[in-house]
Amino acid sequence: MNKVLLGLLVGAGLGALDGLTAWFTPEARSEIAGIVMGSTFKGLVAGVLIGLFARKVESMPATLIFGTALGLLFAYFIARMQGKYYFEIMLPGAIVGLLTGYATARYGRRARPAEA
Amino acid sequence: MRLKDAALDRLRDAVRTPDLSGTRYRLVGPIGRGGMGAVFEVEDEVLKRRLAVKVVEVPFDGESPAEALLSEARVLARLEHPGLVPVHDAGRLPDGRAFYAMKLVQGERLDAALARLTTLPERLRLFLRVCEPVAFAHANGVIHRDLKPSNVMVGPFGEVLVLDWGLARSLEARELGDASGTPGFMAPEQAAAGPVDARADVYGLGALLDAMLRVAPAPPRPKALVAIVARATAAERDERYPDVLALAADVTRLLDGERVEAHAEGPLERAGRLVRRHRVAVGLVAAYLLTRGLFILLRR
Repeated sequence: MNKVLLGLLVGAGLGALDGLTAWFTPEARSEIAGIVMGSTFKGLVAGVLIGLFARKVESMPATLIFGTALGLLFAYFIARMQGKYYFEIMLPGAIVGLLTGYATARYGRRARPAEA
Repeated sequence: MRLKDAALDRLRDAVRTPDLSGTRYRLVGPIGRGGMGAVFEVEDEVLKRRLAVKVVEVPFDGESPAEALLSEARVLARLEHPGLVPVHDAGRLPDGRAFYAMKLVQGERLDAALARLTTLPERLRLFLRVCEPVAFAHANGVIHRDLKPSNVMVGPFGEVLVLDWGLARSLEARELGDASGTPGFMAPEQAAAGPVDARADVYGLGALLDAMLRVAPAPPRPKALVAIVARATAAERDERYPDVLALAADVTRLLDGERVEAHAEGPLERAGRLVRRHRVAVGLVAAYLLTRGLFILLRR
């Protein structure tokens, strides 16, 4: 599977799972559908960007750093919208970004060289 | 009159030392002795380089030893591979002995190299490099028939050379074999002087792999590796890997954390293998779950 598609699927999947964990927070349970959709979309966009980056640089360390930074950034936006739970949202967000970066760099297929 | 032992040894050495007069080679010194011949280091005085010359051990009347040596030279000459010693010249010396000149191999014996390779992956990767020239020889219709640790040399840059093709035989030869070989590394059909094919070398490689894993400090053997050795050294050749490439492919699968053909793994074993193979991803998922779980617990 190419890195962009893999990043999209992994990012969306992990985003959905990350959103579902809001169910364990009683005050957020009533908004679970919106949280899951938002988290999935966030993961999807982050996954595509990480996949594009991984395809461009072909470097595991760089992709891990980019994935972690992007996960942190996106999680920061979510936390800022809520105005609270910065640490609780950003730390798992960073791990999800790191995991997406690792998955795309490790398991994604390299881009085929352009034919002459 | 009785000669002293030392005098006898000197006489023996004088007889064994090849007469290189009139050739382009100058004797430097002995390297080693085998069943069929002795190997000497020489200097090629035309090209000014050091070579090794293998000669039949003693002058002889019959043709058989000379033919065997020249046959070995011809086998090596038709196999051009980085894992095989290139032959530069062959013929007869002024003293009548058959010889061939080859590249002077610098390096150490396999067992010495293994003492430094302490991990299982390092040893398996070295084994795969032994398989390469053997598979190449098979593809060119030649089987080695004497694969054992002393016939493998590891060069200073990690290059692996399979030596001593004195028992090599054409795969096309349909006549019955002979029982030449090394006990413990020789396939049962070879020991019984029956017809042999590439699976005799699969057996030899299996026995070689087994020996490589026994050199101290011996790394632990996973069940899959035990099964690979058992399949390669099966007494019935139909139960062995069909060729060296299939054996090498199974060892590669083991190295890559994939399921090997020789071993039927249980569900727990499979799960353990998958976790080991994807340990970074599994570790990251675990870190994520731990973090999330911790925050959930703390909030309560």
